[in-house]
Amino acid sequence: MGSTPFRVPPPTLQLCERGRSLRGQGSPRTMTESSKPILYSYFRSSCSWRVRIALALKSIDYEMVTVNLIKDGGQQFSEEFQALNPMKQVPALKIDGITIGQSLAIIEYLEETRPTPRLLPQDPKKRAHVRMISDLIASGIQPLQNLSVLKQVGQEKQLSWAQQVISSGFNALERILQSTAGKYCVGDEVSMADLCLVPQVANADRYKVDLTPYPTISRINKSLLTLEAFQVSHPCRQPDTPPELRA
Amino acid sequence: MKQVPALKIDGITIGQSLAIIEYLEETRPTPRLLPQDPKKRAHVRMISDLIASGIQPLQNLSVLKQVGQEKQLSWAQQVISSGFNALERILQSTAGKYCVGDEVSMADLCLVPQVANADRYKVDLTPYPTISRINKSLLTLEAFQVSHPCRQPDTPPELRA
Repeated sequence: MGSTPFRVPPPTLQLCERGRSLRGQGSPRTMTESSKPILYSYFRSSCSWRVRIALALKSIDYEMVTVNLIKDGGQQFSEEFQALNPMKQVPALKIDGITIGQSLAIIEYLEETRPTPRLLPQDPKKRAHVRMISDLIASGIQPLQNLSVLKQVGQEKQLSWAQQVISSGFNALERILQSTAGKYCVGDEVSMADLCLVPQVANADRYKVDLTPYPTISRINKSLLTLEAFQVSHPCRQPDTPPELRA
Repeated sequence: MKQVPALKIDGITIGQSLAIIEYLEETRPTPRLLPQDPKKRAHVRMISDLIASGIQPLQNLSVLKQVGQEKQLSWAQQVISSGFNALERILQSTAGKYCVGDEVSMADLCLVPQVANADRYKVDLTPYPTISRINKSLLTLEAFQVSHPCRQPDTPPELRA
């Protein structure tokens, strides 16, 4: 058993141990070389949560680098994070020698390279339903109420904007689920659609959206939250969760 | 969703353009719209999602209505420029002849319509030479021409090619 090799990371990128925050500046540290995937995540980012759930469901061991979207004007705008992900957004996953942005692209990559347990059904029509629901949330709802858009909308209008965007999307989603849902969004197996649903319901709660019109969404959300992968990945249990929000 | 596109096919109806395209790819696999290699597939999906989640929804019709007529143009320009800044950087490492390598992929299907939107909202494309080059190449292909907004059954006369 030899000693673990140490390497001073290049000054342009501060690789940190699990649970430490990304720092824009500061001295490089000697770090253990890690071949584990690295997830760049913010506790409250619903898109990061989707990927955290996928990693938990597939039992993939990984390192986390937290990126605070508010602090220091937003650490996602730092030079080194931009170099890693030009979108200046979380999540980003460094895995198998590449860096992937966009939560659904990450999840599909995990599905193709670590296929068990499945996050997409085998049948192409059911896969289409899973992707349709995932896209409804990931393109049709979440981007319209994310941090940067809400900043643009302005503080006075933020709450009503977010509520309107989420309600509108949930109206459509509730209808679609009438025909696709079993125990979960599509049939009785957890899928990528469910990974999108739970974080979006959390956003709905955060913006005080009344969920009474959406009984199917509520039921499925409640079932999913009993599963360990959805609990361990929850925003209230992350290394960067502030004390007042911690479970 | 009260949105287009929707495709009625094989006894089901699918909404969401990328979900439709992935279904077509899985059931009518030739010619490919996604590479075989998982890492290249990840790049194709990342670029597609960047456009389909990160740019287009923020400048679509219903959002622009909400933003209000005065602010619409600057909002659309800002959203598209912001997204294209990121896309141009990503393409530096993924692009060959097209968005990902040298084969047309789902990413290219997202790129061309988004550049058309950029033109519509008078976004200056000079900062995006890779996007411009790829867009120009793709527009020479028949599939991109026959599907063009200016050649559709519902194209108004004044916009028809």
